[in-house]
Amino acid sequence: MNTQQYNISDNNFEQCLKCTVCTVYCPVVPVNPNYPGPKQAGPDGERLRLKRGEFFDEALKYCLNCKRCEVACPSNVRIGDIIQLARIKYSQKKPSLRDMILANTDIVGTLSSTFAPIVNTTVALKPVKAVMDSVLKIDKHRTFPKYAGQTFVSWFKKNAADKQELYPNHVSFFHGCYINYNYPQLGKDVVKVMNAIGYGVHLLEKEKCCGVALISNGLINQAKKQAHINIESIRKSVNEEKRPVIAASSTCTFTIRDEYPHLLQVENDDVRDSVELATRFIYRLLEEGKVKLKFRDTQPVRVAYHTPCHMEKLGWGYYSIELLRQIPHLDLVVLDSQCCGIGGTYGFKKENYPTSQGIGESLFNQIKAAGVQYVATDCETCKWQIEMSTPYEVKHPISILAEAIDVEGTMKLNK
Amino acid sequence: MKFDTVIIGGGLAGLTCGIRLQQAGTKCAIVSAGQSALHFSSGSFDLLNELPDGTPVSNPEEAVAQLDKSHPYAKIGDRFTHYAQEAKQLLIASGVGVHGDSKHNTYRISPMGTALPTWLTLDDFTTLESPDELKGKKILLVNITGFLDFNTKFVADAFETAGASCQIVAISLPEFERLRQSPTEMRSANIARVMESGSVLETFIARLQEKSKGFDIVAVPAIFGLASSQTVSTLKKQLDIPVYVISTMPPSVPGIRTQQRLRHVFEQAGGYYMLGDTVVNAETGDGRVYSVYTVNHGDIALQADHFVLASGSFFSNGLYALMDRVFDPVFDADVEFDPNRNTWYNPSVFASQRYRTFGVATDERFRIKIHGKIQENVYAIGSVLSGFDALQEGCGAGVSLLTALYVADNLKK
Repeated sequence: MNTQQYNISDNNFEQCLKCTVCTVYCPVVPVNPNYPGPKQAGPDGERLRLKRGEFFDEALKYCLNCKRCEVACPSNVRIGDIIQLARIKYSQKKPSLRDMILANTDIVGTLSSTFAPIVNTTVALKPVKAVMDSVLKIDKHRTFPKYAGQTFVSWFKKNAADKQELYPNHVSFFHGCYINYNYPQLGKDVVKVMNAIGYGVHLLEKEKCCGVALISNGLINQAKKQAHINIESIRKSVNEEKRPVIAASSTCTFTIRDEYPHLLQVENDDVRDSVELATRFIYRLLEEGKVKLKFRDTQPVRVAYHTPCHMEKLGWGYYSIELLRQIPHLDLVVLDSQCCGIGGTYGFKKENYPTSQGIGESLFNQIKAAGVQYVATDCETCKWQIEMSTPYEVKHPISILAEAIDVEGTMKLNK
Repeated sequence: MKFDTVIIGGGLAGLTCGIRLQQAGTKCAIVSAGQSALHFSSGSFDLLNELPDGTPVSNPEEAVAQLDKSHPYAKIGDRFTHYAQEAKQLLIASGVGVHGDSKHNTYRISPMGTALPTWLTLDDFTTLESPDELKGKKILLVNITGFLDFNTKFVADAFETAGASCQIVAISLPEFERLRQSPTEMRSANIARVMESGSVLETFIARLQEKSKGFDIVAVPAIFGLASSQTVSTLKKQLDIPVYVISTMPPSVPGIRTQQRLRHVFEQAGGYYMLGDTVVNAETGDGRVYSVYTVNHGDIALQADHFVLASGSFFSNGLYALMDRVFDPVFDADVEFDPNRNTWYNPSVFASQRYRTFGVATDERFRIKIHGKIQENVYAIGSVLSGFDALQEGCGAGVSLLTALYVADNLKK
């Protein structure tokens, strides 16, 4: 009998060979000496914590959950998961009011969208920023993403929902909080592109925030609740309505596919493969020759692609890059894959601001040196960070595609 | 996804093969399950240091004729010298500065301070023509306070055994003290980053200049040049006595830089490097492989005309050993091993170990076999191959580089 195979824990820390490669690729370590690093915080610390939980170190909160340690690990150790699970299991610290505000993208989003003009103006005011900085510990250098007056969902219901049944094929769209509350245009672009290639777009029966910010801020029970609601809706869409689910955000997609089972114990085996990024969905159709794109005649443009951390973990940067390369006159520069430093809500916290900017510095320098008109990326928080830290606008590959295609021409090709 | 060639494994062998093919105008993807063994590099590339019977080798070009026909070098045959030179050229052209010659081995200094034979050495490091060169030299051995991956006592002992006199000093700078707040992260790569920031290097050099007065040689750990080799050359230029950079315990700063440099060159040439992904399945038939599937890409296959298995040995999970067999987890290719486990090990840990010669069986063109059938379009290169003990013979890097180039050239035809 091979006894070894029966001695592997859920998060496989025993597979660690102590090679220390993870510590080389942790973006936090070089800039924050208070963080014990992925090897110590992950597999090494896990040995101690399994003996006695009091060995847990609150400094694990400095982990960005970027998963770059996992991508680098030659032994497939789920280092990032070990760290996040340890926080879930052992942390005694209760989330602060600030953490709850940052984590509850859904509730805050709903309130803020309703009063968008007031909220947008207010949070941009210097005295308000000062109060948020000193009382809430939300760094004053941060600019909150603006809230849209009309959410994506209400736009969709009013303007697009009825027409969707007319298309021969169908998908459900997990829009996420950012598209819904802050940037409905990206959602509209997804609908535009999918409709052009003959796909009707539908909302899920119920959609909650994917929960990534809840997980990182320690609100695990709420994250689990929302994960169950999302997975049930996804099940209904995939299994009953036969509609695969697409999303635009690399982090939402990654959370639903991998963090649900790994961190929240919400099983998704039966539907995991049917949740993917829109760019991958479209790439597959193009490769199989099932759809074609017709592009408009546009001016040459030079664009830099930034690979978000969770995109790197998914390994799906390829699809967005290849899709962008199909656009004539678009000259794509692929930036070295590295963390931008924002880590979702991480970079908004006052105590993390210098770390956050320190991590992103070499990326910002690379962008500034690339001689491009704008930057492309699949993550909304990377977009905020790059826009706050460089003079460049950041667009989602789907929005770039939506601008580049000749909608009527594409529709004709896919009739 | 369609490629001309899919390479499984992104270490020295996979990258070398990928660079060669990509620069020849074909489209390649490399799938790499995590970072490679270059992160543990000594800073040198061995070609052949010893014959399997233990006879030391000083001229690899001559000695190679004495190898058994099962050795990968025997399959390269009279192209050995050609590919040894090509390998050196490829490294240099990729921005990995190396020195050395396949006609005669030189000596590198190991992390334990001993002189070991080698072929090519990164320009960071000094090589010796003979281990006796240190005799009578006054060496200042420098460490950074709190850096535990550099064993100064061992190194000093070895230097003294070689006939040198040695003094150890530790240098503290406030920038390193900040790093020490997290003792587990006081590691070579992090120190190298600090060294490259602000004016730390200048201050460090000034301290060295002052402390090294009256010495013949100053020896420092390899904590320079994570981003570029500029740091090392500045250091060497500014001191008026020779600086010996000594490799540390992993991670290896010059090794990381080499990996990143090679990956950059591969990507600049248009190659796709898929890091953190694992091949789980292959579509095979009629003595060919048509496509492979990976964890990340799920149902989207990586199709290619050719496949190259560069997945490494046991350490890199290119080979798996169970109690009764050794197998290749990618294609389940035929592996040469002895089913009698009692013959795998030699109880003397420093002796040659038989298990290290196990690996994927290949034909004379390095094509793999599955159930005895040659796979026309699948090649194996580097440490996944059978027929050599890289540690005992000192030929691991050479096998990786030479088989990579040999196979790349055969694919191009």
